[in-house]
Amino acid sequence: MTTNHPVYTEHTDKEAGKLGMWIFLFTEMFLFGGLFLVYAVFRSLYSEDFHHAADELNTFIGTLNTVFLLTSSMTVAMSITAVQKKERSVALILVLTTLILASLFLVNKYYEWSHEFHYKIYPGSDVVRNMPRGELLFIGLYFMMTGLHALHVIIGMILLLICLVKIKTHQISDESHLLLDNAALYWHLVDLIWIFLFPLLYLIT
Amino acid sequence: MPETGVHSSYLNNEGKYHGLLAWLLTIDHKRIGLMYFFVVIAFFFIGAMLGLLMRTELLRPGEDIMGPQTYNGLFTIHGIIMIFVIVIPGLSVIFGNFFLPILIGARDVAFPRLNLLSFYLYLTGAILAVVSQFTGNGPPDTGWSFYVPYSSESSTNVIFALVAAVILGFSSILTGINFIVTIHRMRAPGMTFMRMPLFSWSIYSTAWIQVLATPIIGITLLMVIAERWLNIGFFDPALGGDPILFQHLFWIYSHPAVYIMILPAMGVVTEIFPTFSQKPVFGYTAIALSSLAIAIIGYFVWGHHMFTSGTSYLSRLFFSLLTFLVAVPSAIKVFNWVSTMYGGSIDLKPPLLYAIAFIFLFMIGGLTGLIQGALATNIQVHDTSFVVAHFHYIIFGGMGFAAFAGIHYWFPKMFGRMYNFRMANIAWGIIFIGFNLFYFPQLIIGMQGMPRRYFDYLPQFSTGQFISSIGAYIMVSGLIMMLINLIYGRYHGTIAPANPWKGGTLEWQIPSPPPVENFETIPHITRRPYFYGDNE
Repeated sequence: MTTNHPVYTEHTDKEAGKLGMWIFLFTEMFLFGGLFLVYAVFRSLYSEDFHHAADELNTFIGTLNTVFLLTSSMTVAMSITAVQKKERSVALILVLTTLILASLFLVNKYYEWSHEFHYKIYPGSDVVRNMPRGELLFIGLYFMMTGLHALHVIIGMILLLICLVKIKTHQISDESHLLLDNAALYWHLVDLIWIFLFPLLYLIT
Repeated sequence: MPETGVHSSYLNNEGKYHGLLAWLLTIDHKRIGLMYFFVVIAFFFIGAMLGLLMRTELLRPGEDIMGPQTYNGLFTIHGIIMIFVIVIPGLSVIFGNFFLPILIGARDVAFPRLNLLSFYLYLTGAILAVVSQFTGNGPPDTGWSFYVPYSSESSTNVIFALVAAVILGFSSILTGINFIVTIHRMRAPGMTFMRMPLFSWSIYSTAWIQVLATPIIGITLLMVIAERWLNIGFFDPALGGDPILFQHLFWIYSHPAVYIMILPAMGVVTEIFPTFSQKPVFGYTAIALSSLAIAIIGYFVWGHHMFTSGTSYLSRLFFSLLTFLVAVPSAIKVFNWVSTMYGGSIDLKPPLLYAIAFIFLFMIGGLTGLIQGALATNIQVHDTSFVVAHFHYIIFGGMGFAAFAGIHYWFPKMFGRMYNFRMANIAWGIIFIGFNLFYFPQLIIGMQGMPRRYFDYLPQFSTGQFISSIGAYIMVSGLIMMLINLIYGRYHGTIAPANPWKGGTLEWQIPSPPPVENFETIPHITRRPYFYGDNE
């Protein structure tokens, strides 16, 4: 190997990292956008059935979950400020709080889904097959949308968990916190999508 | 220069890892580009062989070498491999990876590790697509378009193929993000947008379509998977869904995907015409902006695939109008290429031959496209082999020939060696003649009513089908000849100089093959590309 050439160093550019993340978030929005489009089409065709089906969902659990997610968005944003102010232990507590709130969201979701499964309300079940067409479609969309969203919650939690470890080991500091920034952006997206899902699925009855 | 270049070439300089690992774990954009190159070529020949098997079946009427179900499986997997594995990523992952950073004066793409991840996602998707042929309840038989309700009810191995397409789409999104950020953040000092080589412009437009359209196909195919696997009704009427909705969602992606395929191809030939005419490109701004125009308008024409699906008259009218509008920026490009050659000192080397063939075939493809874009004639040719021929004229005649042009153009830079020009010219002639014998008869019998995707046909189509099959054999033999010539050149060709074609863009100002870090010092750009000799 030649030595008179500079050592190959990886290019690092904070702005690029941010820009890439933003574009990626747009693709995520388009991903959910496809589902929103299908929702809009079926809602306009079967608005009556959609009202009935939405009425069956537990608004209390939905509201509670909205509170969890909104609060967690706040705590993750605060953790960035804490990292910038070099208050590592505060940042650790804030990220941990975010993770706990996210877990509470999933626990709630679990009880909600098992309740529905208990009454045989899931796609393909005999109960659902005999429902009016619009309600059947609503149930399908409900499971697909909340399921895909829950998957995103889990991915966001994994990202935040990595951040937690890296804050602890000083790999995320006030000088380099791009990963935490991007994880927080992703978490805000998860939150944002829920803010649309909640009224569409639970509130319009 | 070439001698020192070989010494620090990216092909020899291994870095952290050694041997095979130095390739498999590389984050050098050139090595990743080259890995894509080999995978794409390998899958291209698999796809071509499947096509040849179909042509053999169609040589004579009646069942010859396979039954209808095998034929259905073959055209499905031929389509999936050719569309999702080769032409959608194709040019942008090979030449985009290899040359985009060099053309804009950068040392690498913005996210080199993400780039490697894209490659492995791509490889996984490609392998899954092939595996779907041999596992489960037989090869998928839905066609590459996965139309519901058949795709949610067919008992064959459709889920595998769907998952493959979703993974390939994800890889495509990541590559798109990478290229957009690279172009925004990594241009050399003085390299303004309007000083970028036009290939970078076409990659830029392509990347935006990849990012904005691919998520739609991702979610659509996920919905079909959910429909098959979890019985969630979206599109299948038996589960309460609406099949027309699937067609809309599918084409919202899959029409822009056609521009994902063709834009980088246009970018490649735009680099070739000025170099081999030794004349600045005619209408730089028009070519750059027409790429964007194609990307934008191309997003709103999907409905022209559904003229016979029962959509409303008004929407058909709009989609037809917009389809005709796309022809305008495409034609702007064609006129600019021809004007670039006008009055230049033309050097008829293999890359230029392929590029000229590209214009010819692309024009036939484009004009037959207008026949289908018009509402009345569309009804006549819908779902006939006319559509198949049109599509192959655009995709193979356009994108394929541009790929061959690009390979012959950049081969000396990529491998540091030359191929045999005489062999390359002969192979070009064979491929060109074979191609036209192959597809032109299909335009005619399609007009007469030969349906697409049929393993058998009525006796009146037998002359056309026979000529078409013979053309296919001629074309494939030309392709093999081209490949042999390139492989021979790779190992035994003469050493290529840094700038064999007297090119004016940045990649020709560095040694062949390029050193690991591309540029010893990042160049400062003071003017537009494409200046030759006394033009300065």
